[in-house]
Amino acid sequence: MIIEALIGFTFVAALLVLLAPDEWAGRLAFALSLLPFAGSLSLWSGFDGAGNALTGGDIAYATQIEWLEVGGRTVSWFVGVDGISLPLVVLTTFLVPLAIVSAWTPIDSRQSQFYGLMLFMEANLLGVFTALDFFLWFVFWEAVLVPMYFLIGVWGGPRRKYAAIKFFVYTNAASLLMFIGFMSLTFALGGSVESFALPEITQAIADGGLGRFAGLAPETLALAAFLAMFLGFAVKVPIVPFHTWLPDAHVEAPTPVSVLLAGVLLKMGTYALLRFNFTMLPEQASALAVPIAAIAVISVIYGAMLALAQKDLKRIVAYSSVSSMGYVILGLIVFTEYGVGGATFQMVAHGLISGLMFMAVGVIYNATHTRMVGDMSGMADRMPVAVGILVAGAFGYMGLPLMAGFAGEFFIFVGSFSAPALPYAPIFTALAMFGIVIVAGYLLSAMQSTLFGPFELETDYDVGPAPFHDVAPLAVLLVAIIVLGVAPDIFFEMIRDAAVPVVEGVTVDG
Amino acid sequence: MVNTLPQVAALLPVFLLAFTGLALLLVDTISPDARSNTSMAVGAALGSLAALAASVWLVVSGTGSADTGGAITLFAEAIKVDTMALFFTAIFASVTALVVVAAHDYFHDHASPAAFYSLVVFAATGMALLAAANSLAVVFVALEMVSLPSYVLVAYLKKNRGSVEAGMKYFLVGALSSAIFLFGISLVYAATGSLLLSDVAEGIGSLDGLAGIAGLGIVMIVGGVAFKTASVPFHFWAPEAYEGAPAPVSAFLSSASKAAGFVVAFRLFTEAFPVGASLTAGIDWVLAFGVLAAVTMTLGNFAAAVQEEVKRMLAYSSIGHAGYVLIGVAALSQGGSANGAVMGAAMAHLLVYGFMNTGAFLFVAMAERWGVGRTFEDYAGLAKRAPVASTAMAVFMFSLAGLPPFAGFFSKYFLFMGAIDNGFLWLAAFGAVNSVISLYYYSRVVKALFIDDPASSSSLDAIDVRPTGLYAAVVFAAVATVLLLPGFGPVIETAEAAASALF
Repeated sequence: MIIEALIGFTFVAALLVLLAPDEWAGRLAFALSLLPFAGSLSLWSGFDGAGNALTGGDIAYATQIEWLEVGGRTVSWFVGVDGISLPLVVLTTFLVPLAIVSAWTPIDSRQSQFYGLMLFMEANLLGVFTALDFFLWFVFWEAVLVPMYFLIGVWGGPRRKYAAIKFFVYTNAASLLMFIGFMSLTFALGGSVESFALPEITQAIADGGLGRFAGLAPETLALAAFLAMFLGFAVKVPIVPFHTWLPDAHVEAPTPVSVLLAGVLLKMGTYALLRFNFTMLPEQASALAVPIAAIAVISVIYGAMLALAQKDLKRIVAYSSVSSMGYVILGLIVFTEYGVGGATFQMVAHGLISGLMFMAVGVIYNATHTRMVGDMSGMADRMPVAVGILVAGAFGYMGLPLMAGFAGEFFIFVGSFSAPALPYAPIFTALAMFGIVIVAGYLLSAMQSTLFGPFELETDYDVGPAPFHDVAPLAVLLVAIIVLGVAPDIFFEMIRDAAVPVVEGVTVDG
Repeated sequence: MVNTLPQVAALLPVFLLAFTGLALLLVDTISPDARSNTSMAVGAALGSLAALAASVWLVVSGTGSADTGGAITLFAEAIKVDTMALFFTAIFASVTALVVVAAHDYFHDHASPAAFYSLVVFAATGMALLAAANSLAVVFVALEMVSLPSYVLVAYLKKNRGSVEAGMKYFLVGALSSAIFLFGISLVYAATGSLLLSDVAEGIGSLDGLAGIAGLGIVMIVGGVAFKTASVPFHFWAPEAYEGAPAPVSAFLSSASKAAGFVVAFRLFTEAFPVGASLTAGIDWVLAFGVLAAVTMTLGNFAAAVQEEVKRMLAYSSIGHAGYVLIGVAALSQGGSANGAVMGAAMAHLLVYGFMNTGAFLFVAMAERWGVGRTFEDYAGLAKRAPVASTAMAVFMFSLAGLPPFAGFFSKYFLFMGAIDNGFLWLAAFGAVNSVISLYYYSRVVKALFIDDPASSSSLDAIDVRPTGLYAAVVFAAVATVLLLPGFGPVIETAEAAASALF
């Protein structure tokens, strides 16, 4: 019942904040958002799951209540967590309070609506990561889009309308494609499943329950469904060439929204890829290993190259997210314990690091009202603490050992270098590693020109040290990044436990 | 429980509506001093809520369902009360209640609003009767009972050119289609020798060379249904009438009146012209409805996408939704396992649509009451001044588009799923593609309300009143649209059971 309480409380909190006066909506939202965090910590401390929720492992905190029936299959309220979803739940509840605090300075109109929507989004995100029934999951999945659309469209930058519509249309079209893909799978399963519960469907597919549908042979159908779902999720992740909505959304979104967009929303895509494509249809995935690995490596290199060419600090961080997500895809497709586990770990690590980067860029923007690399220099003189943390976070991005980013990338490379399921694995891994060099290149050059040297600023704003409530979330994030880098096992143990059954889905016939 | 009441008690909702309408008319005629806009609205609202409560109670107690001895027939089988009739009566009564509550504020400065309320309630009475009609004669009489007040209602603002013109167009097309419908009935009578639906069905089974006449009659009846439901090819009155009519009337026509058209279709094409017998006789109305459904939804959606006025966009969107619901008839097949499922889903969609579409038109009524203008641009920035109403409108728009967190998603999904189960993949594909297109124009409204800046700083000053009744109706419709998502189970189960009883 803790999960229900968690989601239900967050919805109620959203409503309360929506009705609160603008003056203290931000404070109230922060206070209320600490409770879900406490709840997720209690989920973590009492976690007793084992294995992967979809392949018959023990699901922690599972509840299943029948909701309705469609075409002979039941739809139920079915939630629970395993080693893959729990870290993401913790990540979500951890990032939201920090993002709310980081909104105190930049958000100066319609605050109660802003914070209400943030909490509404959090509730739905928690639903996405805990739902184990396809319908329930899909409802939450789509419900995340609505607050995001408003958050970008109402509080965004100058081109907010374009960015919001683009985000909405891209991800909705993608959702439809994915929905059709999944539905054709359930039709092909015919009478062998009696519900939309993901574990039941996964096991029915593993037992060879797929039949013919719409004149397609089971193998063709599974491949088509795999591709439809892969394309649908690829937009969300995003993977090159479906990434073009991301920089627009990020640049126009206000900082706290960017934090959640990069920190949590992108993980919805990789999480869903892992759950649906790689756990349900491992055969199809490994058959397509080479093209998918190629796309992953292209995302890494091309995203980094694009970041190299940007002048806007936010765009740099946005494109480098594309690059980082490429590593996650590479980790998933190799189907090794460390690859899949590392990819999941990297989701959390990247959530923290990119959150920190966006927040730090936001702090600079609050003071200078510009994000352009050429417009400022020597910021370190004026905002020493914030800049110090930004530099530390950037090193985390580059994969400095003892920080979370290093651990995630290291696991992925260990897993992918000699992966048996992926031909030419060493070549793909080496190419992806090359991405880190580019990351170091653009981050160092951007930091050098903006943060160091004599202080200069194109705009006429008085720049002093950032207020405490701007810097505090940065510091908290940095601490979390270091803790996770020093002791990755606090998450990696349970992640690996849940990743192993996924890997076994392929090695059996590989 | 039911056995202790006389069978005629099954018609309680119809009686309640008729009594309310008569009482309103009586007070208005006998003591004009006693009437006031408020008392009339309250009376009409109470009457329709009582009818709603009665029909829900009858559904819950199982009146006319297969579990309690099957449908109740009255008056020499001219009337037949079953779960479907009661289900639709509940839709009509809830839409009527929403509309009269909203109309109280809309007609706040009208000289004689009393006639409005009695006309709405009389039309609702006709609809409730239509849902229970078991003879072609009753169908026609009830249909006219719906149509005649509707013509007057559309032209109710008699000093407003648009309203009168719309009423005139509606009346001319309506009279024509009534004539066609009646001619169709007479041909069917000629071919089968009866007006009772069950006898007609038997007659269809043994036509002896009269299949051509019966077929022509059925085609004409399809035409009448198309008019009432605002489907192609008799749809062109709808944008004109909905746009010109007072917005509460547009809400009433596009939700309740459309549902009334569908209950005729569902009733006739299961009980009078069953799929199997019709196909054997060579009358393939399934294909006709399939083509109509596909064309209607496509035309409605594409036309809605290019509109500049919100009310006109909603009018075309309502044509598009008629296309979706037509799948409920078009995806039937002989002995199909999902016949009940697909028609039940169509009924559930009409129920959800009754709330979301009525709510959307009532929001337009609120905008008309404020006098902010009619186009998307005029709606820009309304959320700054009216956040609650705008949020409700956003809920209606997303739900109409079939976005998952709202009830509209489920009803559409069940509909398409039923069509696929019955082997009509192409209809489901048409519906899904159209749903995606519809997101474009529905989200334009949301974008205007929340994201666009008002045209000028003074353009929001028009919002100087908070009409309580309109607000209450809009907010209630929004809450219902949201709550129908978790509560969709009982709705779809009742609807499927009701539809399955017809096959």
